[in-house]
Amino acid sequence: MANVSVFAEQRDGKLKSASTDIISWAKSNGHTVSAVVIGKGIKSLEGELKSCGADKIQFVDDSTLEVYTPQAYSEALISVVKNTNPDYLLAAHTPMGRDLVPYVAMEMESSSTSDCTSVEWNGDSLKCRRPVFSGKATAEVEFIGNDKPKFITIRANTVPAGGDRPGEGVTTDHSVDLSNVTQKALGMEKGSSARPDVTEAAIVISGGRSLKSAENFKILEKLADLLGAAVGASRAAVDAGFRPHRDQVGQTGKVVSPSLYIACGISGAIQHLAGMRTSKCIVAINTDPEAPIFQVADYGIVGDLFEVVPALTEEIKKIR
Amino acid sequence: MNIYVCIKQVPDTATKIKINSDRTWIDTNGIKWIVSPYDEFAIEEALKLKESDPSNTVTVISAGPERVKEAIRTGLAMGADKGIHIELSEMADTALTAKALAGAIKKQNDASLVLMGKEAADDGLAQVPQFVSRLLGFSCVTVALEITYAADVLTVKREVEGGTIEKIQTPLPAVIAAQKGLNEPRYASLPNIMKAKKKEIEMLTMADVGVTDSDQMVRLVGFDLPPTKQPGRKIDGDVATQVQELVKALKDEAKVV
Repeated sequence: MANVSVFAEQRDGKLKSASTDIISWAKSNGHTVSAVVIGKGIKSLEGELKSCGADKIQFVDDSTLEVYTPQAYSEALISVVKNTNPDYLLAAHTPMGRDLVPYVAMEMESSSTSDCTSVEWNGDSLKCRRPVFSGKATAEVEFIGNDKPKFITIRANTVPAGGDRPGEGVTTDHSVDLSNVTQKALGMEKGSSARPDVTEAAIVISGGRSLKSAENFKILEKLADLLGAAVGASRAAVDAGFRPHRDQVGQTGKVVSPSLYIACGISGAIQHLAGMRTSKCIVAINTDPEAPIFQVADYGIVGDLFEVVPALTEEIKKIR
Repeated sequence: MNIYVCIKQVPDTATKIKINSDRTWIDTNGIKWIVSPYDEFAIEEALKLKESDPSNTVTVISAGPERVKEAIRTGLAMGADKGIHIELSEMADTALTAKALAGAIKKQNDASLVLMGKEAADDGLAQVPQFVSRLLGFSCVTVALEITYAADVLTVKREVEGGTIEKIQTPLPAVIAAQKGLNEPRYASLPNIMKAKKKEIEMLTMADVGVTDSDQMVRLVGFDLPPTKQPGRKIDGDVATQVQELVKALKDEAKVV
C-alpha cells in the first residue's frame, strides 16, 4: 500500500472531476489517499473528497490563495508535501496542475513526469506511459532514483471515472507562510464559453476549414451543447480565423483523448492526427473518401457535413 | 536588460516518426530539425524588447548535441546578439537540461529576463521553464499570451481552460514561457542569415555549467508507435440512414452517447 497524495484542484470552490477521478482510482487500487486542497474558503469540499475516496484531506486555506498564482500555490503545495512526505504526488494534467507540479518537484529534487496517458499500479509502484511527439509515439517513463515523492500529472479521461469507496476523510489544516510571495493576481478575464475545455471534455466535436466560416461552427455548437461536448478545430480552421487558438487540436495545439471525437470536414493532417488519435471512439465526416482521417476513424461517413451534422443532431435528440 | 532565450531543436512537426530498433529513441535518419515552435515566440518577444530599447541584449541558449548549433544560428539570424551552446546528450531529461540551462545563465550572472516556449514540441513535458525558475530563484509565469513591461515588473496574461485568461503581475528577474499567440515570429532575412554566421556561439561543457550525468532523474524507454487501429466501419446509405446507424453504433457498440 502506497501513500498517495493527490492535488485536488478546485476553481471557484468547485473540484475538477479529473482530480477526483484520480482520488477514487488510487483508493480503489488499495492505496492510502491524501487529497491536498489549496484555496480560500474550501473546507466545504470535505464531504465530496471523503466520498470520492480521500482518507486524509490536507487543507491550505488562506486569503492569498483565493485565485491561482504559481508562486503562492507552489509554496503551499511544497509545504504540505514536506510535512506529509508521500510516495507519490499525483495531479490532473490541467492548466493548473501542469503548471504547478514542476515547481514543487524541482524544489523537492524529486523525479517527475507529466501528461501520462497510461498509469498502472504494479504493487506500490506506478508504471507510466506518456505520449511523445504530440502523440505520434508513446514511451514508458523510467524513474532512475529511489527518491520520493515521485511527481506525476495524468491526462484527463485516463483513469476510470468515479468510484464508490469512500475514504476516512481525516482533515488537517496547514498554515503556510506566504509573506515572501511577490506575484500578484490582477484578476481574470472569464472565457465567454459555457462549454467545457477540449482537453477536459468527454466528447469533442471538431471542425476543419471545410466549415468555411466562423458562423458555420454554430452547426457544431448545436450538437456539442446537446452532448455537453467541447468544440475543437483543426489548425487550418484556426489559421483561417474561424476559431481561437485555444480550440486547436493537434501538434502546436491541444492534445486530447476524449471518449468520443467527431471530426467534421477535417482531412486529417499528421499534426492533427497526433492530437486526437488516442480518443477512444473516433467518428469522421468528410466528403473526400480518401481523407487520412478515415484511417483512424472507428465510424466514417462520406458525406457533406452541412447535411450530416444537422441530421445527426436531430437523431441524437431522439435518444436524449 | 539582458535577456536569455532558451531554445530546443526538435523534429519538424510534419515529420513521420519512426522508432529505432531497440525502442530507446526515434530513428533520426533524414529528420529535418527545427526550432521548437513555442521557442520561436520566445525569440520574437526578446527581439521586440531589443527593438524597443537597443541597450537590451538577447542571448540564445540551447543544450544538446552538435546539431543544435543550427537552431542557435536560426535565433542569431532572426536577430539575437549571441549564442551559447551547452554540449549535452539528446537523451538528457528535463531536470538535467534545466540544470544545464540554469547553470549557464548563472555563470553569466546578469540575467533579468529568461524566455522560452511553454513546452517543447517533441516531448511536450512542459517542465523546463518552471525548473529553471526554481533553480535560478526567479519568479515564473507560463503559457504567456501577452506581456506588458514596466520598470521592474511584468504583467502577464496567461491562458487557462475554457478561454479564461489569468492576469499575473511578477517582479523581475523572471522566467516567462510563451504560448502560441504571444506574437508573430519573424523570418530571418538573407542579409541577417549572412551576418549570423559571424556572430559568436560560446561553447560550454557539462562541467562548465556544473552538471553531471547523475543529474538525470528520468529516462524514456520502450518507445512505441500508437497501435494501428482496425479499419473502421464506413456507414453507407442516404443521410437519414447514415445518422440513424451512427447513433445506434455510438449508443450500443461504442457506448459513448
